[in-house]
Amino acid sequence: MSANVAAAAKAAPSPDDKSAISVKDMRKCFGDHEVLKGISLEAHKGDVISILGSSGSGKSTMLRCINLLETPDSGEVRVDGELIKMKQSRDGHQAPADMRQVERIRANLAMVFQSFNLWSHMTVLENLVAAPTHVLKRPRAECLEQAEALLKRVGIWERRNYYPPHMSGGQQQRAAIARALAMNPKVMLFDEPTSALDPELVGEVLRVMRSLAEEGRTMLVVTHEMSFARDVSSKVMFLHKGEVDSLGEPKEMFARPPTQQFGQFIANFNK
Amino acid sequence: MDYNFYLSTMWSVLKALPLTLEIWFFGIAFGLVIATGLTWLRASGSKFGEYFTRAYVFVFRGSPLLVQLYLVYFGLSQFDFVRHSPILWPILRDPMYCTIVAMALNTAAYESEIFRGALRAVPVGQIEAAKAFGMSAFTRFRIVALPIALRLALPAYSTEIILMTKATALASVVTIMEMMGTAQKIQHDTFRPIEVLTCAGVIYLLLNLSIARLFAWVEYLLSPHLRPPPEQSQQIKPVPEVL
Ligand SMILES: Nc1ncnc2c1ncn2[C@@H]1O[C@H](COP(=O)(O)OP(=O)(O)O)[C@@H](O)[C@H]1O
Ligand SMILES: [Mg+2]
Repeated sequence: MSANVAAAAKAAPSPDDKSAISVKDMRKCFGDHEVLKGISLEAHKGDVISILGSSGSGKSTMLRCINLLETPDSGEVRVDGELIKMKQSRDGHQAPADMRQVERIRANLAMVFQSFNLWSHMTVLENLVAAPTHVLKRPRAECLEQAEALLKRVGIWERRNYYPPHMSGGQQQRAAIARALAMNPKVMLFDEPTSALDPELVGEVLRVMRSLAEEGRTMLVVTHEMSFARDVSSKVMFLHKGEVDSLGEPKEMFARPPTQQFGQFIANFNK
Repeated sequence: MDYNFYLSTMWSVLKALPLTLEIWFFGIAFGLVIATGLTWLRASGSKFGEYFTRAYVFVFRGSPLLVQLYLVYFGLSQFDFVRHSPILWPILRDPMYCTIVAMALNTAAYESEIFRGALRAVPVGQIEAAKAFGMSAFTRFRIVALPIALRLALPAYSTEIILMTKATALASVVTIMEMMGTAQKIQHDTFRPIEVLTCAGVIYLLLNLSIARLFAWVEYLLSPHLRPPPEQSQQIKPVPEVL
């Protein structure tokens, strides 16, 4: 009987088994400034969604509302079918109802930041081991082994004992991606991972991201790399002034821009 | 020059070094405990915490340690409840304990400001990364904020510790025969202030030199990430010699 209950409980909250992230009507204001005006998004397992939009259109805010680095004012976020529970706080805004749940979900949503945000007082290897040992409580030896394998994969194993300030931007970002992978995340969130890099270092990071896409990882990628959006991602989402302006197949979108805004946006990049 | 007088004075003052170190050690140890509490109170975000810590810092940083010492030693014993308290009285009638209490209260004000500044200087991005990886508030603090803040606080903290070493000399005004008290007694007995004060000064200097070196060494150990990377440092300049 208990098995049935467990199975039912597991099946119940998930409206769609394939759904990795589902966002419904998400809104967010900073003061008077409405930054997200009702965003919805479905990411299935294995989807690589490129999120495009000009600066200030709300891309980072959207990503940060998904893992609750920012608290959305309203709307629903489901990760792997599980609804992030929110409560109404006294000042009328929403707040996470259960920080434990938020932390558990965050552990499944590894994030890669524009400015890397590696922990500067730890070596690369320690950066990779910190979260798996302290959050997932996995044995240290096992984490170390995995960390070394991941560093080999992103090509910076030789730098495993370096501190982040001693590495180039491209190496730091690859270390940050390896740190995210070390959590075995269900979904990876990238916020402009190549925007802080010198042009000649962009390629090495994009290569790693491409290989992740090819092995079927679910990724939400805020980026200005049009080639990545067009050739690697399975969907493109274009945000304009806090709204989803258009969403679709990358080849379609780039060949026949569905809206004037998006047409202008990519025209600016092709100049 | 009367070397024998210098030597005997040195020796007499040195014999009081353990007492000086005792005041110093307990003063900074209790001070650290109070400072930690104040920092926590300030960071907790409560209005009470903020006003209390600001008032505390205002009072203990704003008035001379000598005044605070006199007030603790002579002032508190004026209150009946202090004299009749089984806990407070044994502490506050003893000049040694009074010195430690005054020093701890005083240094805590400075240290809490140092710690507050250091915690605020921890890069937000590194805290956010810890959040984004699912670390709880406590783990974030322990793994990321605290180690970074400690490194940031160390230089200012070591300065405060050195100030406290010198402040132990104030204990002499409440009859404690630590190094300064001992030196003053010799001076009184011999009427040779220059030689005696020189001896005391040299010992304080050497003491502070070792403390400064100790902190420099700890700082060095804790901040490999702020030095040039391993293989470059051999080409550019050798690893700085410490100790
Ligand atoms: N913490 C914040 N406080 C106030 N305004 C913010 C904050 N974060 C972002 N904004 C504003 O929200 C808008 C969208 O920002 P962001 O999501 O970072 O855009 P994007 O990543 O698309 O460039 C911008 O106008 C920005 O100034
Ligand atoms: Mg952004």
